Order: sequence, then C-alpha cells, then structure tokens
Amino acid sequence: MEAFWIIAAGSLVAIPCGLLGCYLILRQMAMVGDAISHAVLPGIVIAFFISGQREPISMLLGASILGVITTFLIEFFHTKARLQTDASIGVTFTWLFALGIILISVFAGKIDLDQDCVLYGEISYVPIDLWITANGTIMGPRVMYIMGAVFIVVLLFIIIGYKELFLTTFDPKFAAASGISVALWHYLLMGAVSFTTVGAFESVGAILVVALLIVPPATAYLLTENLQKMMLITAGLGVVVSFFGYYLAAWLDGSIAGAMSLVAGVLFAAAFLFSPQEGLLTRKKRMAFATNKDS
Amino acid sequence: MEHLWEFLSLSDPNIRYVVLGSVLLAASSAIVGTFTLLKKKALVGDAVAHSVLPGVCLAFILSGVKNPIYLVIGAFVTGWISLVLIDFITKRSKIKEDTAIGLILSVFFGIGILMLTVIQKSGNAAQSGLDHFLFGQAASLVGQDLVVFSGIALILMVAVMIFFKEFALIAFDTNFAQTIGFPVRALELVLTTLTVLAVVTGIQAIGVVLMAAMLITPAAAARFWTDKLKVMIVLAAGLGAFSGLVGAYISYVAPSMPTGPWIVMVISIIALLSFFLAPQKGILFRMFTQRKFQTQMLEENILKLFYHLGEQSDHQYYQARNIEDITKKRPFNLAKLRKGLKNLNQQGFLDYSEYGWTFTNAGKNKGQRITKLHRLWELYLTEYLRIAPDHVHEDAETIEHIITPELEQRLEEQLQYPRLDPHQSKIPYQD
Amino acid sequence: MIQHVDNPVVEIHDLTVTYNKKPVLWDIDLTLPAGSIIGVIGPNGAGKSTMIKSIMGLVPLNSGYVKVFDQDLQDVRSRVSYVPQKESVDWDFPASVMDVVLMGRYGKLGLFTRPRKADKEVALDCLRRVDMEAYAGRQISQLSGGQQQRVFLARALAQEADLYFMDEPFAGVDAATEKAIINLMKTMSEQGKTVVVVHHDLQSAVEYFDWVVLLNLRLIANGPVPEVMTGQLLQETYGGKLTLLAEVGELLTKKEFPSREKE
Repeated sequence: MEAFWIIAAGSLVAIPCGLLGCYLILRQMAMVGDAISHAVLPGIVIAFFISGQREPISMLLGASILGVITTFLIEFFHTKARLQTDASIGVTFTWLFALGIILISVFAGKIDLDQDCVLYGEISYVPIDLWITANGTIMGPRVMYIMGAVFIVVLLFIIIGYKELFLTTFDPKFAAASGISVALWHYLLMGAVSFTTVGAFESVGAILVVALLIVPPATAYLLTENLQKMMLITAGLGVVVSFFGYYLAAWLDGSIAGAMSLVAGVLFAAAFLFSPQEGLLTRKKRMAFATNKDS
Repeated sequence: MEHLWEFLSLSDPNIRYVVLGSVLLAASSAIVGTFTLLKKKALVGDAVAHSVLPGVCLAFILSGVKNPIYLVIGAFVTGWISLVLIDFITKRSKIKEDTAIGLILSVFFGIGILMLTVIQKSGNAAQSGLDHFLFGQAASLVGQDLVVFSGIALILMVAVMIFFKEFALIAFDTNFAQTIGFPVRALELVLTTLTVLAVVTGIQAIGVVLMAAMLITPAAAARFWTDKLKVMIVLAAGLGAFSGLVGAYISYVAPSMPTGPWIVMVISIIALLSFFLAPQKGILFRMFTQRKFQTQMLEENILKLFYHLGEQSDHQYYQARNIEDITKKRPFNLAKLRKGLKNLNQQGFLDYSEYGWTFTNAGKNKGQRITKLHRLWELYLTEYLRIAPDHVHEDAETIEHIITPELEQRLEEQLQYPRLDPHQSKIPYQD
Repeated sequence: MIQHVDNPVVEIHDLTVTYNKKPVLWDIDLTLPAGSIIGVIGPNGAGKSTMIKSIMGLVPLNSGYVKVFDQDLQDVRSRVSYVPQKESVDWDFPASVMDVVLMGRYGKLGLFTRPRKADKEVALDCLRRVDMEAYAGRQISQLSGGQQQRVFLARALAQEADLYFMDEPFAGVDAATEKAIINLMKTMSEQGKTVVVVHHDLQSAVEYFDWVVLLNLRLIANGPVPEVMTGQLLQETYGGKLTLLAEVGELLTKKEFPSREKE
C-alpha cells in the first residue's frame, strides 16, 4: 500500500509538470521553468510561516505570486535595465532562492520545514501524512488531495487553452496578428508552472522539480513529431519514472526524488541513442545501411 | 561590535581561514564569471555547479575519506562531463541549448542527491560535512581545505592574466578570433576548464545550489558601472570578495545560518542596487535623464513661444508677456509652465516684472535658435524625405531640441542657408 | 512620386517607428489601392518588415496611426492575414502540416472551440491551392524551404481574409514555388483581394507587382510600377544615404531622447 501511494503521488506530480514542461522546452524557456521552480521557495516559506502549518491554499497562493513576480522581474531587468536574458534569469532566481533558504534558517524551529525537505522532498512521508477530518474520519494521504487538485487544474488549463498555447508557442507573431494575446498566455503558462511546483515541492523538493519539468518532455520530443503524442508520452514517462524511481530508491535506500531524476535521465539517454527517428545510433545505422545498399 | 573587531582582526586562526577562503573563492569565481557572462553562457555555470555534486559524492564513496584533493578531482570530472554532454546533446539532436542545460543540471544533481542520501544512510561518520557542499559552510573550512582551494584560486587568477587578451577576443567575437588564426577551440577549452575550477573552489563556501550566482551576479553588477573589461573584472572580483567576507561574518556570528545563501543575498542586493543606481546604465539614472530632457524641451518650447509672440507683434521681441498670452498661443500645463518660467528666470533667459515676463538678450537668442532649427528641419524633411509640408511639424517639434551646433551648421550648409521654411515662414538667422 | 488613392485598403498617416529609440521609419504617409499586388521594396535595414509589422500592430508606434479598410485593425482583424518570414519559427516543432494550416482558422474560433470538420475541409482546400494536399499528414520538420513557405501560404489562405501581408515569401524558395506563389497572388488579386509583399529583388519586382512602395527609412515612392520603378527613384532608394538623418537618429538613440514631449 505504501508503494502504491508513493508511486501514485509521484505520478500525480510528474504528469502536470511534464505537460507544462512540453510547452517550456518548445518555447525555449526551460531555464525560466528552472528559475521559477527555485524562486517560489520564499513564497512557500512565508505562506508556511503565516498560516503556521501546511495549509495548501496559502501555499499555492504564495508560490503563484512569487512565480509571476519572478517572470516579471526577469523581464523587467531585461527590458528596463537591458541586462542580457541569461544573466537576468540567473540573478533573479538565485537571489530569491537564497532568500527562501535564509527565511527557512530564520524561522527554524517555528515552522515544520527545513533545508532537507527543500532538497529531497518528502514523498516517502506521503502514506503517513493523512488528512483527518474534524470528526476523526481518515480521508487518505493529504498530499494526494493537493496534487489531485493541481493535476485537474493543469489538465483543464491545457485542454481549454490548447489552441492558444499551441499557436503562441509555435508562431507568436502570427498569433498576435490574429488577435491572440501572446503576453496573456505567457503569464498564464508561467502562473501554471509556479502553481504546479507547489505540489511538486511537497514531494520531490524544490530543485528536482526541474527534472520532472524538463527531462520527460525532452525525451518525448525525441520520440515523436506530434504535440499531442508528445504530451501523452510525457505523461506515460511520468508514471514510469515514479514507478522505477520508487523501487530504485527502496533498493539503494536513498532519496526517492534523486532516484526519479536518475531514471528520467536514463530514459532520456535511451531515447537519445535509440529513438526510431532521432536516435544517434539509429541514424548511424540507417546511414550505414544506405551506404551498403548504394555500393 | 565586539564580534566584528574580533572577526576583522583575524587573530583567531580559524577566522583567518574562513575569511581568506571566502574572499578568495568568491573573487576567483567572479573573475571567470565575467567571461562566461560576456560570452552569454551565464546559465552554463549553473549546470556545472549542480553537476559537481555526484563527483564529490563519488570521490567520497570511492576513497572513504573527506580529503579535499579527492573531492576536487571528483567534482572536476563530473563538472567537465556535464559540459561535454550539454554540447554533445545540443549538436547531435534537435534539442535546444536551454533544454540541454536544464536536463543535465537536474539529472546530475538528482544523481548527486541520491548518492548523498545513500552515504548518509550508510552511517559513515566521516560523511558529516559532505552536505556542506549543498549550501556552503565557510566556517567548516580548515587549514588543509584552504591550501587546496586557494591554490586553485591562484591558478585561476594567473591563467586569466595570461590569457586575458585571448579570452577578451573570444568573448567579444569568436568568428573574428578564428579568422585571425587564434586556436579558438583550445581557448574555449581552457575557459571551460577554468569555469569548472571556479565552481569547484566555490562550492565549499557557497554550495552547489547557489554557486551559479557567484559566476553571474558579480559580473552582472560590475557591467553596470563600467564599459572597460579590465575594470569590470577587478570590480566583479572586488564585489564578489566583499560579499564573501560579509557572508563569512554572518555565519561566524550566527553559526546556524548557511554561508552560501547569505553571500548570494549580499551580492544580489549589490547587483539590484547597481541595476537601479549605476550612472549611465542604471534604471533611475535613465529615468532622471528622461525627466531632464522633458524639462529641457519644456523650457526651450517656452522660449520658442516667446519668439513666436515677438514675430507676431511686429518683431517686438522684448515686450512683456503674461501667462494668458502664452496659454492662448499654446495650451501648456499651468503648473509646469510656471515652473519653467521660474527656471528660465533663474537661468537668465527671462526677466520678470509687474507687467509679466520679458526676454533677456540671451533668451531671445536661444528662442530664435530653436525656431530656426525647427524651420530648418521642416525644410530638410520636405526636401530630402519628400514629406508633405503639412506633416513635418510634429517631427520637428522633437528634433529641434537635439540638434547640436555642429549638425546645425551642416544642416544650414546642406540646405544652402534657405530663407523660408515649407510654410513660408522666415528662417531667423543670427546677425 | 507619391500617389495617393481614394478608398485605400491601407492608410498610413505620419507613422514613425523606433527600435531601441532609433528611428527605423520616419514620417511615413501612404495609401494603398485595393485589389492589387503591392511590392514593398528597399535595401536591407530599410524598415520594410517593420512597416508591415506596424500595420499589423506587432510593434509599438511612436507617432501616427494606421487604418485598414478605413477602420482600426482591431475591428477588422479577421479580414487581414499576415505571413511572417518562415525563418521566424522553429521548424523542428512537433506539428503536422495540417496542424499549421488549421492555425489559420483559430482567429475565427473562440476559446473552448476546437476546429470542426468544416475547418479541416477549408484547410485541405487551401493546401490543394498551393499543391500540398498530399503533405497534409506530414510532419513540418520534413519539409523543404519551398514547402515550408507553401504551408505558410496555405495557413494564410485558410484565414479567408481580404488583405494579405507577406514578409519575404520568395526568400529561400525554389523556382517552382516562386512561380506557384506568384500565380496564387494573381488569382487572389483577380478575386479582388489585396496582397502586400516585402521583396528585395528588383528584376522580378517589375514583373510581379502592379504597385510598388519604395522605402529606405523614409518613403521614397508609392505608385504604379511604370511610374515608380525609374532609374532616378531607385537610385535614391539604394544610393544616396542621408547622413544627416542617420546622425540625428544616432543621437536620439545614444541620448535615449524621448520621441515626443509629454504635455
């Protein structure tokens, strides 16, 4: 039962992360995703401190606000101070993340949050962290509810905005010319990413969210040339990563989040080498085959 | 206060290590970071920083001891591999660079975390301190660490001095460097190696998670204060060293505070202040300049208007005008107009008496010049840009304020000292 | 030679556009006639693409205004189509030819609505008109430069607009595609549609267009081909640089001078 809850929680995080990650990598904004996932930390810590506990609504709110602020700051420094984009990203997220860690140290003892949980997440506690109602009914793991809600919101966002996200990602100029607000969808997407990182924060920690945002979509990108299929494969990979990540971690007795990243990396390497279309080795083989036929 | 003196006097050898270590580490990464920033590869540093973690852990697992030399070698190896992989993935597949960076960064870091947790669970007592590599703990620097890390930092600085000219060129224009026969690939290799080395030395104080900031932020801040590369490097190093010092002090006073985040916080605040306050490039400075131009435009427009009023009243330029005369001719914002008039009075362009405001001689000359420039520019637009006479006024309203005396003279010559503008108004030359 | 027309499809009034405070278009004033194939011609960096983008509302205007069909662009967006340079998008994007052509229908569909069967039929028909019907299911990463351009044209056709702006549609395409595009434009113009094309080859311009705009930071000529494509006007477009204008432009950039006084 423990294995089931952990794998389910992992999948519930990995799928929305991956779906949004598809858009991030296609927009060449993978590092903005990385920045947001780091920079939401102070928002979460402050929400923790104010509410005094893991109260999901204020955490989601805190993280979303910080996420949008990060996006805004990166753009502000770039346009108003003419700082080059990569430096703007680097300065903004390291600063906010440092602030988050400092706040954790300052509030140490006052809140149930430490550096370890930022780094490793607490996915192994999912099965024992139960939601118990006022009259004592046990509703199952608390985190599942938060992640379930995040999952549904992200799924709805992607289904409803599919056309607009597709168009503003592929050809923003054409989108603007046909009257679709590129800036609006940009901020909505970034808002969704920040929102999702909260769920992820609870399970895999603030840093390894990036692995779930980027690695499965990059793997799927090498396996298909169709966006819908890419998103489906990404979702599937999310489940696979959680499954093998859990058992690998159990076998080595190490961090589940770390093991999930390792599995994701291995799957990417496999796709990079053996993908039917794009694989390095498949292409080599094809080339060798073609030359043989010619001679 | 007592703490501060004790800290700054460096009397305690432990403090000496910590201070020297932090300063050296922060400064050397800032120096290398200047080049990575200028090469627009700032985020690559982030990837290297995260990727050294598995190397550190692996070195510890293999050797079983926390010997800085082994750890540095391990860190160096995986840091290097990460850069090679990013390059390889970008070149050999349709994956773009940003995705490759994020991918390698997160997978390597994940592997590092996995190893770290395995080491922790295995209960090896010597592991205490390995997790200092995550967020940095300058206070844990001991003599042996310091020797190794400062050695590397010195190598770094010397290398940058030797290759200064070459690095500057490949950062500015790689293609040109190639055409004049520079070994660009080899030089990039050296720079990459230095980047990895800088990260490896920095992690003890800053930690892998925030190490990228020490490469990017001091350089980004320094960029706002100077356009000279040498100055920028020295400044970046200085700012990095200062933040290293402050960070070390904070973690000395409050040992529960992680050093890395504090160093990053200090340098970030410096950077943010630079973005806003730096002369020439800062946001506030630029806003201030804009305001200044607005004031200049307003004042010159008032003088121009006085001149127009003079033209209309049969060239009686030195007649007194009141606010009503002025606003009847052009609807100024009243508050701004009053302020402008007062300024012009102080600058000696207008006199004030009970009858109203009057041109001084200097004021008349200036009003006349603006009027002349306006009409010359209108003529230039109609003659050279083929713009219809009824469309040129708006543009001239701006350009009249920016033409320098040198351009003024060339404009007059090119148009051959015309007498009339496109609206048949006389162009007033100075006698 | 600046000819103004009655009932223009596009009217540009006193347009100045700056890029990083540097003026790239100075005081452009022009009108374009309906139903023609119009070439916008000038050297590199003359502001040709910028002019089209400013008509489409893609770059902020410093002064002046643009009217399309005598109205604000916002009110007639569905009648106007824009074909960006094909290099401006990532052709590795995971999408099929059909996906891209269907984007032409998005402007007409609102949020929540997916493309319907009718939209797909329109898209297929548009692909037929550019001879790409057989490629509908193909992934865009497998297309040649000419085929990419045809897909972009099909997407524009799918918008069923009355006015088309095309940014360098002939750049990097094969001869067959170039011919196909020009035939398509002729058919469109016969149906009363207007096509505005950014172009830089003078030789073919005479052949392709019936109206030409000569541009080099400022408007040099605007009128029917025989009257505009003269040696003297072309010399003025491509030769004689206006040093004074350029220097004033530099000065505006360097000082970040506000382009208009705030009243």
